[in-house]
Amino acid sequence: MAKTIAEKILSAKSKKDVRAGEIIEASVDYVMVNDITGPAAFDEFDALCSPILREKVVLIPDHYVPNKDVASAKQAKKMRDFAKRHKIQNYYEVGCGGVCHQLMIEQGFVAPGRLIVGADSHTCSYGALGAFATGIGSTEAATVFARGVLWFKVPESLKFVVNGKLGKHVSGKDVILTIIGDIGVEGARYASMEVEGSSIASLPLADRITISNMGIEAGAKACIVPPDRKVDEYLKGRVKGRYKQVFADEDATYSEVREYDGADIVSLVAKPFLPSNVAPASEVDVEIDQAYLGSCTNGRIEDLRIAAKIMKGKKVRKGVRMLVVPATKEVFDLAVKEGLVKVFSDAGAYVSGPTCGACLGGYMGVLAPGEKCVSSTNRNFVGRMGDKDSEVYLASPAVVAASAIKGRITDPSEVSR
Amino acid sequence: MNDALRGKAWVFGNNVDTDQIIPAKYLVTMDNDELAKHAFENAIPEFACSVKKGDIVVAGRNFGCGSSREHAPRALMGAGVSCVIAESFARIFFRNAINIGLPVIEAKLASKPGDVVTVKLKEGRARNETTGEDAEFVGYPPFVMMLIQKGGLVPYTKEVLGCRR
Repeated sequence: MAKTIAEKILSAKSKKDVRAGEIIEASVDYVMVNDITGPAAFDEFDALCSPILREKVVLIPDHYVPNKDVASAKQAKKMRDFAKRHKIQNYYEVGCGGVCHQLMIEQGFVAPGRLIVGADSHTCSYGALGAFATGIGSTEAATVFARGVLWFKVPESLKFVVNGKLGKHVSGKDVILTIIGDIGVEGARYASMEVEGSSIASLPLADRITISNMGIEAGAKACIVPPDRKVDEYLKGRVKGRYKQVFADEDATYSEVREYDGADIVSLVAKPFLPSNVAPASEVDVEIDQAYLGSCTNGRIEDLRIAAKIMKGKKVRKGVRMLVVPATKEVFDLAVKEGLVKVFSDAGAYVSGPTCGACLGGYMGVLAPGEKCVSSTNRNFVGRMGDKDSEVYLASPAVVAASAIKGRITDPSEVSR
Repeated sequence: MNDALRGKAWVFGNNVDTDQIIPAKYLVTMDNDELAKHAFENAIPEFACSVKKGDIVVAGRNFGCGSSREHAPRALMGAGVSCVIAESFARIFFRNAINIGLPVIEAKLASKPGDVVTVKLKEGRARNETTGEDAEFVGYPPFVMMLIQKGGLVPYTKEVLGCRR
């Protein structure tokens, strides 16, 4: 019988012919934990008295490193010690790594057809390369360290088709915000999203990663873009091991199919306090205190290039601070090489090394009561980036850059033709 | 897992996210009691000091959306919450709760803060004792029930691995 991408990958990984709704145990290719979800997994793993499947385990400190305080220093040390004790090669020290999801992709762990789990909800990012990837908890990560398998309910699939030419400043962020605005924050709850169409095919891989990254904000278990030549080109010389692209059968069953006209999509912002609360950037008149460019959602070199192009020769508005946080060392190095760091710095922006810090209100850009931030990140929940009375407006790198210059939420076409 | 639960209701609406359950700045420990001190700190500041052992969280749709942080169900466990009743759950929160042994049930039970609520897990019945309203819920799938009966994913994995400790 015809299968969706999710059904195909989970069938292959469980060596059974599985359908949506079944609960199965499937073999996992890689399991990733970070410095806040890892420590609990390490304790649980030690209780299992099992050897570790060290080739499958990836340890990435990123949330609160460089250490934000003594407590986070202890957690980072716990990860470092665990890596050493179990001889885990896939550990990325501060200065060699960065934000886990971008790093997982850069380092070639992610490839079409793979089943990857991570103790971080944005693990669904890897769907952009045609993998089935999903966020899990710490306890279950520990059991994967030992067994290499995990239980899954095979999800129903929802298809989103976006056809047509996208506008000049319209990005993957605007596509996914359009979808989330349409279906709501639980519109894809427990389901696998498949996002395709000529608009998606025209987007660079970076934008597709943004789309898959935010599938979780609609409640999705996975958010998969059918792989193409761009994925193969990116993985050339980068991917670990071999892979084969997996596609859905033409007559596969979807619980719902939604279609969008790419030409109708505009630059959007998601207003507080849900990612589904979207409005055109041109219609939101809000003064900002901070502009944040970075994160697993939009901290790639392509995002920095877009922002730098808009900001070149301009200044961040007086009274506004802008933070630019390249997602990984690789992105940082490229940003230096291409002169983007100079553009941001000349504009009066603060540029730092990689960390998740500010995105989740940890450190390096926490908001005070009443402050408003336009941010290229993924969540705008109450208190997400700081005080409970602060506000986060989610947007694309282009909107973040334009807003930083104007000091209020701004459609990029206002500052860049 | 205790089969019959009884406690005072703490009532929430739809889309309660994990940043509300436990803000990210406190994710520097896995100690359930320590996490419990900050549970719902922004949403209901009095929660942490007023919650009593056995109390039950009653919520609307999509409870626990957002981050994969296992700290969220752990903070509720640490606070003494015996069960979460919600119309629906975000999937990672649901899995985490099952895996660490916090009962989570999908049911719609009209409740006001402070109502006394009872839950009979095996019978699949929740009841608001204050109003007399009942709600039935569908039991877990067999695999999940097996996990719960074995005490969660860790005991199950130990059994599969033949670990005797």
